[in-house]
Amino acid sequence: MLPFSFEWVWDAGHIVFMGGLWYSLSILGMGMTYCVIKTIIDINSNDQTENDHH
Amino acid sequence: MDSALIPKGVKRCPLPIFILGIVIIGIVLLWGVYAMILCWLKGLNQTNMNDYYGFALWIWADLAIIALGGGAFFTGLLRYIFGLDELKNIINYAVLIGFICYSSALLILAIDVGQPLRSWFIFWHANVHSMLTEVAFCLSCYFSVLAIEYIPLVLENRQIDKIPFFHHLGHNMHKVMAVFAATGAFLSCFHQGSLGGVAGVLYGRPFAYREGLLVWPWTFFLFTWSAAACGPCFTILITKITEFITGKKLVKDNVIDLLAKISGWMLGSYIIAKIIDTIYWATVTAPSLGFNLMDFYKDNSFYGIWILIVEIAVCGILPAVILLVPKFRQNKLLLYTAIILASIGVCLNRWVMVLQVMAAPVMSFDTWALYIPSWQEIATTILPVAYGIILIMISFRYLPIFPQEKELNSIE
Repeated sequence: MLPFSFEWVWDAGHIVFMGGLWYSLSILGMGMTYCVIKTIIDINSNDQTENDHH
Repeated sequence: MDSALIPKGVKRCPLPIFILGIVIIGIVLLWGVYAMILCWLKGLNQTNMNDYYGFALWIWADLAIIALGGGAFFTGLLRYIFGLDELKNIINYAVLIGFICYSSALLILAIDVGQPLRSWFIFWHANVHSMLTEVAFCLSCYFSVLAIEYIPLVLENRQIDKIPFFHHLGHNMHKVMAVFAATGAFLSCFHQGSLGGVAGVLYGRPFAYREGLLVWPWTFFLFTWSAAACGPCFTILITKITEFITGKKLVKDNVIDLLAKISGWMLGSYIIAKIIDTIYWATVTAPSLGFNLMDFYKDNSFYGIWILIVEIAVCGILPAVILLVPKFRQNKLLLYTAIILASIGVCLNRWVMVLQVMAAPVMSFDTWALYIPSWQEIATTILPVAYGIILIMISFRYLPIFPQEKELNSIE
C-alpha cells in the first residue's frame, strides 16, 4: 500500500508499518543495485586494464 | 561425471549414489506435493481444521521452523555486526539452513492461506493493527535477505565462478553483506517477536494472554530470545548430522564450542525469563482472569502438567546448564543431548503456544478440543523436510559450504 492508495490513512499505524516495509525493501533494493553497478564497473575496468596491457 | 562442478580439493560420493539419494527423498517430496495440490484444488476441507482450530499443525510447523531457522540471523549478527570471525566457518551453513526454513515456512503459508492467488492482499490491503501483518512483511523481507546471503554461495560454484560477472558480483555482495545481515537481524527480531505477540495479545484466551511493555506482550520478547538461543543449536545439530552422514569433519571444534557457548548463555538467560514469566502468569495474570494454573492442565487426555515441566526443565534448564559448563559442553554425548533438547524445547514451546492455546477451554461450558491432523496436513508438513534435505544434498555437493572441509579432510 502506498500513500496514494484509497485505503491509506495518515496515522501512526500506516506510517510505521508501511514505512518499515518500504524502508527495508529500499535497503535491499539499493544494496543489490550497488552490487550490480559495482560489478559492471569492475568488469569494465578489468577489460580496460587488459586492453592497456595489450 | 559431474566432477567439474564439485569444489576443488574435496571428495564427494559417486554420482549414482547421489542420484539414488535424491530419488528416495524425492518420493517423499512428491507425496507432499500431491497433498499440496489436493489442498489447492479441493480447498481446506482436506484438513482437519475447524472453527476451534483455525491455527493448526501448519502454523505450529511454521513457528517451529522459523524459530529453528533463527540460527541464520543470530549467527549473521554475531559474525558481521559483533565481528566474531571464527563463525565465518559455519555461517554459510547457517544461511543455507535459514534459507530452507524460511522458504519452507512461506510454502506452508501458501498452502494454509487457502486462496494463494490473493497472497499479495496482505501487502497491499494491509491491516496495520495486526501482528500477523508485521509477520508477513518481515518474513517475506527476511526471506529476500536470506536469498541475497545464499546467492554469493551459489556464485562460488566452480563453473559459475568462471563467468567474470558472477565472480565480481559474488565478491561485491560479500563486501556489503554486513548491511544485509543487519537488516536481516532487524527484520528477524520483529517477526520472531510478533509471532509470539500473536498469542500474547489474545485476551480472550487466558492460557496465552500475557501482559507486557507498550504494545508488546512478554511473549514477543520471549519468542525472539528463544529463537536466538535455539536456532544456533539447530545449526550445530544439522552440522553434526551432516558430518555423521558424510563421514567427514566439516567444522573445527573451537567454532562449534564458541557457538554452543553463546547459545548456552542465550538459553540460560531465556529460561530464567521464561520461568519468571510463567510464575507471574500462573500467580497473577491467569487468576485475575478467573483461572488457576491447573485449570490448563487437567480434564484432558494429553495436556498434563508434564508438558510444562518438559518444556522448562528438561528442554530448557538441562541443555542450558550443559552448554554453559565448559566440561559438559566439550563432552560430545552431552553436547548432542543439549542441542537436541534445545531444538525439541523450542518446537514444544511453539506447539503449546499454538495448539494448547486452541485446545484449552475458555468458557465454563467448554470442553477440551483436541485435534488430530489429516494425512494431507502431515504430508504437506513433511514436504519441506524432504525439500530441505534435497537442497542440502545439492548445496553440499556443488558449493563450498564449509571453508574448513579441505583442511580437515585432505585427499591424496
